[in-house]
Amino acid sequence: MTDTKSILVIGGSSDIGHATALRYAKEGWRVTLAARDLEAAQRNADDIRTRSGVETSVQALDLLQAGQLAGFVAGLSTLPDTVVCVVGELGDQLRAQTDPELATTIMRTNFEAPSLLLEQFAQAFGARGYGTIVGVSSVAGDRGRASNYYYGAAKAGFSQFLSGLRNRLALAGKVRVVTVKPGFVRTKMTAHMKLPAPLTVEPDRVAEDIYRADVTRPRDVIYVARRFRLVMTIICALPEPIFKRMRI
Amino acid sequence: MASDPGEVGLSGWGNYPRVPTELLAPRTPAGARDLLLGRSGVVARGAGRAYGDAAVGTHSTISSRGLNRMRSFDAATAQLTVEAGVTIADILAAFEPRGFFLKVVPGTKFVTVGGAIAADVHGKNHHRDGGFGTIVESFRLALPGGEIVSCSRSENAALFAATLGGMGLTGMILDATLRLLPIETAWLRQDTRVAGNLDAAIDQLENNASTTYSVAWIDCLARGAALGRSLVYLAEHASRRDRELLGPDLEPFPSRRTARLSVPELFPGWLLNRASMRAFNELYFRRGAAQQGRPRLVHWDPYFFPLDAIADWNRVYGRRGFVQYQCVIPLDRARRVLADILDLVSRRGDASFLAVLKQLGDASGLISFPRRGYTLTMDFPVTDTLFAFLDQLDALVVDAGGRLYLAKDARQSRATFESGYPGLAALRDIRQQTGASTRLVSHLSARLGI
Repeated sequence: MTDTKSILVIGGSSDIGHATALRYAKEGWRVTLAARDLEAAQRNADDIRTRSGVETSVQALDLLQAGQLAGFVAGLSTLPDTVVCVVGELGDQLRAQTDPELATTIMRTNFEAPSLLLEQFAQAFGARGYGTIVGVSSVAGDRGRASNYYYGAAKAGFSQFLSGLRNRLALAGKVRVVTVKPGFVRTKMTAHMKLPAPLTVEPDRVAEDIYRADVTRPRDVIYVARRFRLVMTIICALPEPIFKRMRI
Repeated sequence: MASDPGEVGLSGWGNYPRVPTELLAPRTPAGARDLLLGRSGVVARGAGRAYGDAAVGTHSTISSRGLNRMRSFDAATAQLTVEAGVTIADILAAFEPRGFFLKVVPGTKFVTVGGAIAADVHGKNHHRDGGFGTIVESFRLALPGGEIVSCSRSENAALFAATLGGMGLTGMILDATLRLLPIETAWLRQDTRVAGNLDAAIDQLENNASTTYSVAWIDCLARGAALGRSLVYLAEHASRRDRELLGPDLEPFPSRRTARLSVPELFPGWLLNRASMRAFNELYFRRGAAQQGRPRLVHWDPYFFPLDAIADWNRVYGRRGFVQYQCVIPLDRARRVLADILDLVSRRGDASFLAVLKQLGDASGLISFPRRGYTLTMDFPVTDTLFAFLDQLDALVVDAGGRLYLAKDARQSRATFESGYPGLAALRDIRQQTGASTRLVSHLSARLGI
């Protein structure tokens, strides 16, 4: 089958990465999972291959190692049809306030590294003439809050990067950029948190919405769960003198 | 690796009893093994579908839900390797469209593979094909000391037999290799027979012992000469030819409906009164009788898993929970003793309105439930008088040389248990050898002194 499509998931050891790759695999897409933890990525790749019957592979990638980031796309044996970047690290906000090294890691992991990597895909997809770039950002980037502002600021930067990239590519051709803003998702990252049930979704739901926004019903920016768009609209509309005194 | 351990109140599917335990949720097989190491009063838990106290540790409970990855499938041998927390529903969702099924499935598809092995669950074909253990090629078991051992019929065979039906008391199953069953269609060819009383129902099951699947649904409200009035369902996997003859307009593998009904959080128990049950049973019987003698195609999902269509049906029994009573009576005593049991149940009145009667074949694991005979299953809402009543039924079961299913049990006595399970001594020896006796302790094993 020469016309089999393929997807590359950056952050393939994560729960959202696993669910997303599996969703595409069920439609017959070939899957590559890139991750720092290759053993965890391989476990996910085996699961996806066994459940769907598609070919899967894994690729080592540590985004914070400049040597691995530069030239990553040029080094790929095949350029995927869609790349989905689900890389994210919540980090410990309190510690980050007194530990500049941790604060730097949070900002680099959530903003700098994913942006530099997706720029490489934008160029390669642009040269080829098509492709979809999906960036998983966060509602935390819509407004800065006391409880997670390093993470939130980095995600805000990533959202703006995706917005600008989309603008640039829309003027040039057929390469699409999708921004995904999940709210609360039950994953490893949130396992220790008490999450509000009506606003919390499973990784499968994020995966379904990504597949839809990419393939069946093209969208630019999606919120998962959808009601989060309303929640964030209200939060963003609050005047700063009021907002700054709130604990949310 | 794991989420924060927290003390929670846990129960089985029957919502009785509810007891405190530290619930741990590892995300990988290695993480599960690390949590097991150095803990005491601990047992593994799958989907929580055992009815009583089997999957709640006296101190800690390790959930296998994070061990939910499949490993590999070999189409040539139909061998599938999965982690212990993968459910039967997961396997069927992935493999039924590719023409594979599981040769042994219990009455719900929401159980995990680890749980199915630990309870050596049986289906409607046990009399012919044996229990879940018969489709298990091998598994890896984490022992309480942290050692991980591979078990099969040729490797660590004693531990393999002790773990089938061993209720998680030999170690924590991390992953397993199963043999899948090729099928030609997603359909079952079902024959319905009406049996006017218990003897007629047993005759039907006996005369059709060569049929792959057979089960009798008994109307527990029928009394006197109609005691044990049943619909007997006989079925085979439908071949391509069956499908062409009986359902030419049906697809061989239709895509599945996902809509599910759900029972509200607090279903008032009083809705299950005698009048509503009687009306339900009458309708149920008339519908069944109308289908007699006309084989028809039924999709595997409603055929094998009728209650799965109603999410959380266990809530129907209200706040106090319920007990599912399942016993097996040896062949030679079955007719007489089952009639006595049904008579007591019908006189009591508050029992479940339907009971399930099945034929079982030979035993497999050391303390697996099945043994040659007939098994009867009923639900009872928990009330102040229930346990004394069930003790009466136990006396009949013990006298007949029968036993109760540990995956359903929440209340039997040590004496009842010990009289029914001759393999117990051998299991205790193995638990001694592996250090499991003092380390792997569920509320069930503590209660029964396993």
